[in-house]
Amino acid sequence: MTGPLLEVDGLTVRLDVRGAKRAVLRDVALTVHAGEALGLVGESGSGKSMTARAIDRLLPRGAEVDGTVSFDGRDVNALAGADLRRYRNQIAMIFQDPRAHVNPVRRIGDYMTEALRTNLGVSGSEASRRASDALTQVGIDSPTRRLRQYPHELSGGMLQRVMIAAALLTEPRLLLADEPTTALDVTTQAEVMAILDDLRHEFGLAMVFITHDLELAAAICDRTAVMYAGQIVEIRESARLHDDPLHPYTAALAAARPDIEATADRLVAIPGRPLSAFEAPADECGFAPRCGYARDECRAGLPEITELDGGLSRCVRAHELRGELGAPANA
Amino acid sequence: MPDQSVTPVLEVTSLRKEFGDLVAVNDVSFRVAEAGSMAIVGESGSGKTTIARMIVGLERPTGGSIAACGRDRSRPARSAADRRRRGREVQIVFQDPYTSLDPRQSAEAAIDEILRLHHGWAADRRRARVAELTELVGLDERQAKALPRALSGGQRQRVAIARALAAEPRILILDESVAALDVSIQAQVLNLLADIRDSTGVSFILISHDLAVVRQLAEEVVVLYRGQVVERGPTPRVLDDPQEEYTKRLRASVPRPGWKPARRARAGPEATAQKESGT
Repeated sequence: MTGPLLEVDGLTVRLDVRGAKRAVLRDVALTVHAGEALGLVGESGSGKSMTARAIDRLLPRGAEVDGTVSFDGRDVNALAGADLRRYRNQIAMIFQDPRAHVNPVRRIGDYMTEALRTNLGVSGSEASRRASDALTQVGIDSPTRRLRQYPHELSGGMLQRVMIAAALLTEPRLLLADEPTTALDVTTQAEVMAILDDLRHEFGLAMVFITHDLELAAAICDRTAVMYAGQIVEIRESARLHDDPLHPYTAALAAARPDIEATADRLVAIPGRPLSAFEAPADECGFAPRCGYARDECRAGLPEITELDGGLSRCVRAHELRGELGAPANA
Repeated sequence: MPDQSVTPVLEVTSLRKEFGDLVAVNDVSFRVAEAGSMAIVGESGSGKTTIARMIVGLERPTGGSIAACGRDRSRPARSAADRRRRGREVQIVFQDPYTSLDPRQSAEAAIDEILRLHHGWAADRRRARVAELTELVGLDERQAKALPRALSGGQRQRVAIARALAAEPRILILDESVAALDVSIQAQVLNLLADIRDSTGVSFILISHDLAVVRQLAEEVVVLYRGQVVERGPTPRVLDDPQEEYTKRLRASVPRPGWKPARRARAGPEATAQKESGT
């Protein structure tokens, strides 16, 4: 198999927003190869979670979808019934708030083994054995005791590790992680990130890691895609994203974040507020009104995403600004 | 370091809070200088929010004392006038701008209410002050007249800040006040807060888990772990050269360029927690 595991192309999703169909994703294209980790970074309303939902076929009712999502060469939007279930078994999702995604009145063991027993026909005792092993892998001790406990008896960090362990039980090929550490303390976050990274390498899992934190994505993702107003504005090797970004928005996002190593006189804030996809203009760059580098040409049409230095940028001035964006965006 | 000979605007001494068998805050002392800015840093369960709530008067300390502007406030206020006076000493801005404002009240009305309550000014003077405060926090005229539901998270947080400032407090407690904001908006609000401190001389107590935000806004920092102070000092010193194991670990857990998350020994959290409490 040489093609990408996941390929999203020209993905546009429209939803009912106050009675009218409005785009929440616009022309999203990305690929994830087997075993590769892609970060998906953006602020609220950028479309990062919606992209994950489109991949897992979990879009709200009435969503209009253009473009394609293919997994292992198969068109995901054409799947139905048993094929769709089989597809979903190959994709595991982890969410921000584990408590909202686990039944509070069922034991951890029931939750963890449900998919194995009902979808894959594994016997109860075998499923429990596998669940117990999975808990050990995410660093939870006395796993058999944990399996008998209820979600409220576990801390947030431990419950998120349970979710990761559960997600891995069906031996998925792709992990969709939607802000899985945002609600956790920083030291717990570091631990959960390290576990995710370890297990992903151990099992050769591909991952789409969704976060608002550029540095966090860069820490464990091979490449990072930055989203703004429903579009991908940049995709780049994570290691180069911070020092040598290709899109002014990426640069501005990195500069706006306070630095733990130095106190800035003033932070380089981005004026205005992030636009949701459905508010963004259809015929010009959505970031232009907030961009220190915007010129008339930025308002002349919707920029295409183009290749540059081994990455992709949706900025008409990307060539011109090459190498300049790493410095604070005070232009 | 603040000059210890000057009377601090806030002095917390041997503060203790128990909830049943749990000691949430244990023997915490610190002082905040006039126009100073101090951060209380810690993770969930460290007691940082409980300390903030005791300073504001939302929780009653089990032991120890809190004095703001030289007056004790560790006992409940004896009268409405006393309570209002305390309101002019300390105000708080909470984390979630979606639940901290009255959904039926415009920004202007919310600020005006505080001016009426605390200063008893005539309508003209209040109107002028409302305009000054909305301007100070960067709300335009339309936003000032809007109900919270028509405002974004960042705009709502500006309303909450303006409302807190309306009482003209000497101390403003920022309880994770920028944690829920998008990065680009967070930078705007952090700049705004720095400006406000410069122009009004209000003191900040920043309750936060975010060390980068702490570095940006606070000169002094107190690191809490399980209700106790483990380390304190000028923010740059504590962050650049942490002395205690817990502070070191906290510092090492912050994602930054080139950061690789390290997995600790494969032990349960109970085992590691015991190790930490020994430090």
